[in-house]
Amino acid sequence: MSAFNAIGEEREIDREEFTPGVEPQPTWCPGCGDFGVLKALKQALPEVGKTPEEVLTVTGIGCSGKLNSYLDTYGFHTIHGRSLPVARAAKLANPEVEVIAAGGDGDGYGIGGNHFIHTARENHDMTYIVFNNEIFGLTKGQTSPTSPKGHKSKTQPSGSAKSPLRPLSMSLNAGATYIARTAAVNPNQAKEIIKEAIEHDGFAHIDFLTQCPTWNKDARQYVPYIDVQESDDYDFDVHDREEAARMMRETEDVLNEGTVLTGRYYVDDESPSYSQEKKAVGEMPEQPVAERYFDEDAEWERSYDLLDRHV
Amino acid sequence: MSDDELIWRIAGGSGDGIDSTSQNFAKALMRSGLDVFTHRHYPSRIRGGHTYVEIRAAGHEVQSRGDGYNFLLALGDSFARNPQEEAYYGNEELKPLSENLDDLREGGVIVYDEGLLTEDDVAELDLEEKAEENGWHVYPVDLRGLAKEHGREVMRNTAGVGVTAGLLEMDLEHIEDLMSDAMSGDVLESNLDILHEAYEMVGDEIEVEHDLRAPEGEHDAEQALLSGSNAIAYGAIDGGCRFIAGYPMTPWTDVFTILSQNFPKMGGVSEQVEDEIAAAALAVGASHAGAKAMSGSSGGGFALMSEPLGLAEMTETPLVLLESMRAGPSTGMPTKPEQGDLEFVLYTSQGDSSRVVFAPGSIEEAYEQTRLAFHIAWEYQIPTIIIYDQKLSGENTNVDVAFFDREPEPGLGSTLTEEELAEAAHDNSGKFKRFQHESENGVSPRSLPGQKGGRYLATGNEHSPVGHISEDPDNRVYQMDRRLQKLESIREELDEEHESNQAAFGDDDAEYGIITWGSSQGAVQEAVERLNEQGHAVKGLGVSDMMPFPEAEVTDFLESVDEAMVVEMNATAQFRGLIQKELGRFGEKMTSLLKYNGNPFEPAEIVEGYEVNLADEDREPTAQVRIEPAAGD
Ligand SMILES: Cc1ncc(C[n+]2csc(CCOP(=O)(O)OP(=O)(O)O)c2C)c(N)n1
Ligand code: SF4
Repeated sequence: MSAFNAIGEEREIDREEFTPGVEPQPTWCPGCGDFGVLKALKQALPEVGKTPEEVLTVTGIGCSGKLNSYLDTYGFHTIHGRSLPVARAAKLANPEVEVIAAGGDGDGYGIGGNHFIHTARENHDMTYIVFNNEIFGLTKGQTSPTSPKGHKSKTQPSGSAKSPLRPLSMSLNAGATYIARTAAVNPNQAKEIIKEAIEHDGFAHIDFLTQCPTWNKDARQYVPYIDVQESDDYDFDVHDREEAARMMRETEDVLNEGTVLTGRYYVDDESPSYSQEKKAVGEMPEQPVAERYFDEDAEWERSYDLLDRHV
Repeated sequence: MSDDELIWRIAGGSGDGIDSTSQNFAKALMRSGLDVFTHRHYPSRIRGGHTYVEIRAAGHEVQSRGDGYNFLLALGDSFARNPQEEAYYGNEELKPLSENLDDLREGGVIVYDEGLLTEDDVAELDLEEKAEENGWHVYPVDLRGLAKEHGREVMRNTAGVGVTAGLLEMDLEHIEDLMSDAMSGDVLESNLDILHEAYEMVGDEIEVEHDLRAPEGEHDAEQALLSGSNAIAYGAIDGGCRFIAGYPMTPWTDVFTILSQNFPKMGGVSEQVEDEIAAAALAVGASHAGAKAMSGSSGGGFALMSEPLGLAEMTETPLVLLESMRAGPSTGMPTKPEQGDLEFVLYTSQGDSSRVVFAPGSIEEAYEQTRLAFHIAWEYQIPTIIIYDQKLSGENTNVDVAFFDREPEPGLGSTLTEEELAEAAHDNSGKFKRFQHESENGVSPRSLPGQKGGRYLATGNEHSPVGHISEDPDNRVYQMDRRLQKLESIREELDEEHESNQAAFGDDDAEYGIITWGSSQGAVQEAVERLNEQGHAVKGLGVSDMMPFPEAEVTDFLESVDEAMVVEMNATAQFRGLIQKELGRFGEKMTSLLKYNGNPFEPAEIVEGYEVNLADEDREPTAQVRIEPAAGD
């Protein structure tokens, strides 16, 4: 009998299974974009056939980090900026668990920026959702790495002198193999993109635009957006790196000027994921490390054999 | 200072192959039946720069590097001859000879490479005069020339070993065996030729004038040469560790390397990652998902790990971290040992945090306590730290192979199976009450992602029994008390079910005690033995449990003596402070002997500290050590 029977279980799954009991009720502000991510995930997971117990959601700290408090899967609510290293190791220890990491733009692009670059570079097989509200929500409205230049906040009262970071281009350059942007105000697209990301074999990065009505009233995220895949004006091949890079640049140039483009930007189905690469070079066993501890027949090679011995 | 021992020092440039040559020579000495102990000294430079390795070999047990040495093989620093480097570092060719003379004992032997040093160079040193004063025997040999004749200059190490063996009247058999294991073909042929030719020079060309010979000894059981880092790595493997994440930093890198090289054949996973925050966070993630995981670093890297360390504690994720100390503050002296991070390791991370901290005092203890660290971490779901240092990490000694004759312990401790989860407590939405204990020891068994019936939220915030963020005052007190309860339970288990981690030695009835921790233990043990041989009555205690503190054992020890000297390698008497904090008394009984110049204690320095201290003489010890008076003095 396997030690992880929830993994790969096939049955009809009701999205309500992903909602915890009466408690806890989301503490997000009314109108917060974070509700959109929660909803999209609850819809996407049963549709890709995942049961709550085979999914591990790993979050950082921020309003966004509370996602897994309101989504009933296995969860790890870590510390500020560190969701990715925790998540990718869980995946290495047991590749059969479905790992989804999530956090805010401050969490993921700011304090956790280094981890973001390296997780993308290594192409770990997991999904990463960044709640991009262009602001620090939980700490009450400070400028974030994605806030536009000139953005005024309590800590940058004269307006930020920094240009915003470009998450899509950064992700592409770092090595992510699935990159999309979606928005809480577009639930259908959000759900579809999350499904694709989960099914993608490699690091799938979703820059998820979530409005923060409490601290970031000026954000452009309420304006109508254009789905790049639906619009005739933006014809490009998502599998082509050059074209994807150009499209990302264009979008990122205009994001804060009132035009919001969403959709898939880059999909690379060819490159092997990190665990495939690691297995290929002999750095990772076929059987999940975690499973081995429950395997009664497992042979535990001794350090004794490694010793240089002599009388 | 016993006469029946050889302390052989090989000195040269960093990158000149000193390490591998000495490692093989140490093995050869061990194979000839001797007990060995190696000590490595190197600068923080990759190539060039003066470095040496010392091998102490005797027919009896050796616990430390000893005092000084009696055979110098000075190879000259080949990198110092690079004109470009010379511009930076100056001429260092002479250093392997000049820098080592201070510690050479009376009557000692010097072999230096004539091929690298001109007579003028050597004349600068007044070597002849000094040799006369100290009764040294100096043998200039053209090692470089001999090596060049047979192939390449780097083989002058082999020539040096050959001359050494000749001068000490050693058998070449073990050296040849080791060479054949390590090389083949032409390289082996030329090395063997060099070895023999050099060996035969003694007697033919070199006239022996000294008395020193290789000591004799015999082992009655199979031996292995093992470093502290090896011992920790093997302890981890036997403790069931199959996941390691790290970022290189001297000297912790040794363990990281050993496990990375061995894991592929034993189904483990090793990850070199972007920084130490990530490294420790990866270990937490892997452990959460069901692997026995470890990370580690040295001071600066450990500083970055304080976040994931706290996360592991709050989420009750089992974790083992290594902290291999080097001299600080900040980047300090990267290649020098110090015991200066004790307080840092005990108290780093926010809140009323607790963890288990072991400080092994010898290579055997390093193996045992690392194994134990995995057992305790997984049984009690608490971070466990092994604190050691550059000294323990790099030194080698021979260990009875039978020592490893025990079963590996891969168990996941208090982790439930799905059958057990079916019986466990759940809330009304079906979530597993993972953070609710029903046992006496504070431990609440856990589940793993992917298990049926085990869904919960692990959170770094204070949380309810199923893991939801909670600021409820009653829950807070309950959870905090439960987590803190673990340390007491661990103390009980350590006292009742395991052999003591504290090492006691010397005369039981003695009224003078020397107490130490970690890697200073070997030198203290030897000093205590020596003092007793000289007719003093002294006993020693090497403490390994830093947290939870072995209150009873240390109290007994301190109560039984009139005076005690606390020996440690730092400037602020951190361990003495810990004893006083934990026991709340004995301040007036304890003096400190402190050393923090980057070199470990030699037994003689401890003997001297005892003499100065006990005689109440108004003098400082001559070595680079400092006496810190007892509280109230
Ligand atoms: C190490 C550390 N630094 C700072 C904080 C305080 N902090 C909590 S959330 C947060 C920023 C949240 O912003 P973001 O990641 O954009 O998430 P949001 O709240 O907008 O969803 C900060 C700075 C912390 N918890 N830990
Ligand atoms: S502060 Fe902003 S991000 Fe946080 S819950 Fe409120 S609306 Fe959402």
